[in-house]
Amino acid sequence: MRRVIAPFVLFLALVAWAPTARSLEIQEVVSPGGVKAWLVEDRSNPILTLSFSFAGGESSDPVGKEGRARLVSGLLDEGAGDLDSTAFQKALTEDSISLSFNSRIDRFSGKLVTLTETRERAIDLLRSALTEPRFDPEPVERIRAQIQASLRSNLQNPRGIASRVWWAVSFPDHPYGRSGDGTPDSVAAVTVEDLREFVTSTFALDRLVVSAVGDIDAAGLATVLDRVFGDLPATGSAAPADDTAPGAEGQTFVVEQDIPQSVVVVGHAGIARDDPDWYVASLLNEIMAGGFGSRLTAEIREKRGLVYGVYAYLLPVDHAPLIMGGLATQNARVAESIRILRQEWGRMAEEGPTEAELADARTYLTGSFPLRLVDSDGTVSVLMGLQESDLPIDYLDRRDALYAAVTLDDMKRVARRLYRPDQLTVVVVGMPEGVTATAPVPSIPGVPARGG
Amino acid sequence: MPIRSTPRSVLSAILVVAGLLSASPPALSEVFDPETFTLDNGLEVVVIPNHRVPVVSHMVWYKVGSADEPTGKAGIAHFLEHLMFKGTKTRAPGEFSRLISRVGGSENAFTSYDFTAYYQNVAKDQLPTMMELEADRMANLSISRADVDAEREVILEERRSRTDNNPSSQFGEQVIAATYLSYPYRIPVIGWENEMRRLSYEDAMAFYETWYAPNNAVLVVAGDVTAEEVRRLAERTYGVIASRPVPDRIALRGEEPPQLAARRLEMDSPRVDQPSWSRRWLAPGVVWGDSAQAPALEVLSEILGGSATSRLYRSLVVEKGLAVAAGAGYSPDGLGPQTFIVYASPRDGVDLAALEAALEEEMARLLRDGVTEDELASAITRMKRRAVFARDDMLAPARLFGEAMAAGRGVADIEEWPERIAAVTTEAVLEAARAVFVPERSVTAVLRPKPAS
Repeated sequence: MRRVIAPFVLFLALVAWAPTARSLEIQEVVSPGGVKAWLVEDRSNPILTLSFSFAGGESSDPVGKEGRARLVSGLLDEGAGDLDSTAFQKALTEDSISLSFNSRIDRFSGKLVTLTETRERAIDLLRSALTEPRFDPEPVERIRAQIQASLRSNLQNPRGIASRVWWAVSFPDHPYGRSGDGTPDSVAAVTVEDLREFVTSTFALDRLVVSAVGDIDAAGLATVLDRVFGDLPATGSAAPADDTAPGAEGQTFVVEQDIPQSVVVVGHAGIARDDPDWYVASLLNEIMAGGFGSRLTAEIREKRGLVYGVYAYLLPVDHAPLIMGGLATQNARVAESIRILRQEWGRMAEEGPTEAELADARTYLTGSFPLRLVDSDGTVSVLMGLQESDLPIDYLDRRDALYAAVTLDDMKRVARRLYRPDQLTVVVVGMPEGVTATAPVPSIPGVPARGG
Repeated sequence: MPIRSTPRSVLSAILVVAGLLSASPPALSEVFDPETFTLDNGLEVVVIPNHRVPVVSHMVWYKVGSADEPTGKAGIAHFLEHLMFKGTKTRAPGEFSRLISRVGGSENAFTSYDFTAYYQNVAKDQLPTMMELEADRMANLSISRADVDAEREVILEERRSRTDNNPSSQFGEQVIAATYLSYPYRIPVIGWENEMRRLSYEDAMAFYETWYAPNNAVLVVAGDVTAEEVRRLAERTYGVIASRPVPDRIALRGEEPPQLAARRLEMDSPRVDQPSWSRRWLAPGVVWGDSAQAPALEVLSEILGGSATSRLYRSLVVEKGLAVAAGAGYSPDGLGPQTFIVYASPRDGVDLAALEAALEEEMARLLRDGVTEDELASAITRMKRRAVFARDDMLAPARLFGEAMAAGRGVADIEEWPERIAAVTTEAVLEAARAVFVPERSVTAVLRPKPAS
């Protein structure tokens, strides 16, 4: 039945995409075993993209074993069930099945992409990876060595250092302050028991969301859901981190490293995804940092040539929503660049945007949405984003109206709340001229006391 | 993440070494059914219909890149790319970008050795406006000296970000400079800093006036359009721009002289903690050298380094446990001499010399025994399947066709790619390997940590 109507559904979606409403035909599928998923059926190519994530991620890494979740993400496709690492990788490669896992701060996600002709095999491999990973000694040591090597590179990278220091000074007593990437030492301390503990406490149905796009109907997906996820426990035991807020606000930290260009990361508390002002904040950020013509890019790059890139974004992590920003500039012009960034932060707080800026930001945020749906990968990401944010299945039908309802008064009110120039926590890595640190950089695992 | 990427990037050859090459997309003509035609003024047009969503990708590719820069003007192709956003006779700096943003579009531009490209992804109903504005800056660029001065600082910051702040990028520049004795690929796309500092308004306008002509460009439109619609719009916009003579860039670039000596570069840096090793050989491409060997080299690259089951990863990373990474890279798509690269990075505590010896042993085994029929069949199947996956993407095929056309290859040449790959034999792989992997056309590169003093 659904197979027959699929082309019609697609046609409807196309018609609906004139400038205002842009609904996507999303079906909610519940398997006989009770596993839920959102589906966009699309028969244009014989491909299935299946994305999923579990609540629980790097923030549950034990102290001293940071990097555990990331190590799990590297090992699930390195042997499971009857297949050792070599056999598992061969099975994926021979059938051109793409299977990837990724740890994030508060979630652990995975994605399967397969041709329809190899789908049965792909589903078996995914089920096995999630429910019976082997963690054999050879792949564990190999992937551990790979992560340690990438950490050695990252811990030399000024961007990597700046970010690590920002989180460490902002969350000294919270898991957010301990990098989920870990350090060579913390990754070395993770045991196979630790890996298994993560899997059994996190991979559970009560913390799972699933999205599918492509060549499958609801009935077919229901079968897939039970086969892949049906054996998982109903509930997981991993405790979520506590809610918190960034400390050290208003402080400036300098990590000396002998490089020609300093890297600057700034941030302070932001706005949560479920805050009623989220849409207002999104419009404000678009005006502040939405590429060419935005305030930061115009003032810092286009007018003064201070940077190649300057950015700001809302980061609604589960336990401490943030607004972050950053830039990179030659050492001699760091002070000037930070001063202008703060100035723009303050100008927005005091004056808010203009009516014209609001109108342009609104048409951008509504008009750009269809571009996210040009391929299966983009579409599945949208579905995941909606579900992970607990938004309703008809959210896309309402999205434009939410932005349309925002007034200039809302913008001014939320700008005062959101932008607090004196509260920005600033981290600079490099040899900046004219920048005075207001606090010493604490000892942070993996970060050289003084970069070389 | 709600971070919109900053437009205008340099396509760096270094990225290839990082292993991004494995996604080299195959030909898609059979599935995408592109239509091509040429306007009276010489502009070539490729239309790739894809009606999945009411969106189009509109791209203009100029057949000029950093390898076509005058001596002493390293970086001018990329600098001009930035300046193309700084207004025309009738439009203010940034006006085009603001308009794109206002309608929810996205845009970018990029410069490589062989081409410079500009694109916008927008709702289908915005296509006429995009074509009008892109055609306007093809003919009517008008920029201020103040904007040139500010933007020069931006590209210098871009160079610091990409290269000078990153020792492996700095080393990559040195290695590529040593790979070519004369061919202009030896100059980095972003430019050498000392030459970038002197790039002027006059240099940019001279480059623009020399190369930015309709008869030296390719228009690619992919998405929810038909060739007829595009033809009508193209004639009205680009069609009114007069053609003019453009230099023969192949002749201007000169030829790479015979390479007679193996080269070896070593760099020790206190900002490096993880060593790396690579070796590259000059190799034929679709234009330069013995092009008939290109398909065999693509298949060989897949067998040596295309996946976690490839030879080098299996041997060095899994079985011998010497490396954390190992692979190979080759793309035949550029105009000039290409390179075939093998690389590895040691596990902590492993001697680089031991790693180098193990890699050389793998290469010796290849040159002695060739590849097996199983390896060949499996590689060909994987490469052909990628065509199906690429069909799911609107932008990848636009880019593939644009790049190919800008290199002077026709659609037919791309259409035949699957057959060329399928026709590769184990004998052809061995023959190509023996032709390419000769020491005197190689550069070995070793990047090591230097303990802080």
